[in-house]
Amino acid sequence: MAAGPSTLPGRRSARRGLAVNAAVTAVLALAAVAAVALLLWVLAYVAGQGLRYLGPTFLTRTPPGDPAQAGGGFVNGIIGSVIIVGIATALSAPIGIAAAVHLAEYGGRLARAAGFLTDVLIGLPSIVTGAFVYALWVVNFGFSGLAGAAALFLVMLPLVIRATAEVLRLVPDDLREASLALGASHARTIVSIVLPTARSGITTGVLLAVARAVGETAPLLLTALGNDLFVETNPTHRMSTLSLQIFNNAVTGFRTAQARAWAGTLTLVLIVLAFSFGARLLGRRGIAHSAR
Amino acid sequence: MTRLADTCAPPRRMRARWPGGDTAFRVAVTAASAFVIVVLVATAVFLLRQAWPALRHYGVLSFLGSDRWAPSEATASSAHPNPYGIAQFVYGSAVTSLIAMALAVPVAVAVSLYLTEIAPSWLRKPLSGLIDLLAAIPSVVYGFWGIFALIPAIRPAGTRLSQTLGSTPVLGPVLAGPFFGVSYAAAGIVLAIMVLPIITAICREVFATVPTTDKESALALGATRWEILRMAVLPRSRSGIAGAAVLGLGRALGETIAVTMVIGNSVLSITTSVLGPGATMPSVIANEFTESTEPFHLQSLMVVAAWLLLITLSVNVVGRLVVRRSGEESA
Repeated sequence: MAAGPSTLPGRRSARRGLAVNAAVTAVLALAAVAAVALLLWVLAYVAGQGLRYLGPTFLTRTPPGDPAQAGGGFVNGIIGSVIIVGIATALSAPIGIAAAVHLAEYGGRLARAAGFLTDVLIGLPSIVTGAFVYALWVVNFGFSGLAGAAALFLVMLPLVIRATAEVLRLVPDDLREASLALGASHARTIVSIVLPTARSGITTGVLLAVARAVGETAPLLLTALGNDLFVETNPTHRMSTLSLQIFNNAVTGFRTAQARAWAGTLTLVLIVLAFSFGARLLGRRGIAHSAR
Repeated sequence: MTRLADTCAPPRRMRARWPGGDTAFRVAVTAASAFVIVVLVATAVFLLRQAWPALRHYGVLSFLGSDRWAPSEATASSAHPNPYGIAQFVYGSAVTSLIAMALAVPVAVAVSLYLTEIAPSWLRKPLSGLIDLLAAIPSVVYGFWGIFALIPAIRPAGTRLSQTLGSTPVLGPVLAGPFFGVSYAAAGIVLAIMVLPIITAICREVFATVPTTDKESALALGATRWEILRMAVLPRSRSGIAGAAVLGLGRALGETIAVTMVIGNSVLSITTSVLGPGATMPSVIANEFTESTEPFHLQSLMVVAAWLLLITLSVNVVGRLVVRRSGEESA
């Protein structure tokens, strides 16, 4: 800093300071513009490629047996994604919320350790989670939709815990104290006062975790494996998901398969964006409103 | 406050309470959070158990000592030499992540400075939302986009680089051609885009903790906005930025599908040129897992997974500790 408090800036250095300021401001703004441009490039490219083939056929048919053939769609993958992510959500939401209640409402050494490990678990590569579920489950029971759901459950769990614990910490202590003063037990206070107050924030967290799980591919390669031939609704058999079908069709090298994969990519991006925006909208009516 | 009255006032509910309920609830939520710890421990135990046959057959250290991954040379009886060298995957993960960090960290710091300190207030929320959307796009989408949009876009620059600098003495080995598109460089760029929103989000939180009084004092001394950033914001945020970068690095090291699609999956040795094809630790697992039929092939992939677990765990623990400490300092 040329103009410390002891050396008052002259007019010249002040002008130079302003010029530097303008230049830096421009560079920082440019970085933000570049990041947004990147997002638009990705979204526009996906939309442009995906719209060529996305249509009723794509959403209602299974892929042709020979990947070089045109036509067909990813309906089995879409159904598989719904089933696998649905099971994963049904498991991770209650367990994640319960764990977050322990972290935020009870505390203690175990809670602190679990809180730190939750953060570490968020950073765990999903392929490692997939390899774990393979070692735990698939070597004993074979590839299945359930194994895929178990992997996505482990991917979602720390996300749900982190988001829920953060919202629970925002619930004002006045509410808890009022409830306890009325003679409610600790558990009753949490179930009837704290969780309902934090409901919209918790839902936001769960929706964001679902958005993340829908797009996961790597752990499913090691667990659900995929099944391109027919619609499979029994989760104890190997299943396809939208993300797996995109990956498998994208890397084939056949233009026809890639056309299907682009349509699938657009579908996946639209699903993910819908969940992200839904979460954002819910989050806006946040805790401040429901607590008031 | 209406809701509070609605939900807990009726005395009927209070009487219906089962006396052991409080304890049962406490036990249940404690079990749920203990589950997190169990998951982490079980991950390590089960990966090692799967990797164990290969580790015992070839020796724990022989994997890191070789950069040749040739499953077809594996036999059930011969232990030497180990055909499953993983040094090139460690190298590939390091190189692609370093490229990603070099590109993403400066941009992320710039973007988050703009978002927290410079952008007009009406623009801050929508702009942050857009940057966050970059993180919402799935990995497989980035990979597919990388093959068809990014690689054609960088091909002219890469080809020219390899032609002009590819045979010079110092930079030659690093930038040697031919450049086919699929490469460490392409993977590094895709990773940079993927970790950019993660580093930006943490940096934004870090910058937001800088006390307003510090900025106002600088302003009162006649500082321009850049001088405020340099004097008040950046010095206080140094360790927070470092932590954000480390957490971004952890994410880059573990990213799988996008990298698998653009790196070229060359597993036979270390490719020194960043414009050449390679493989990373996650990419080899994803790429070969379903086709592993040779003796010890699958077990060796589990060895890669175990090393990846060890590396990403250490990186994440360090990153979390640094971010946490910087948060406590400025609090």
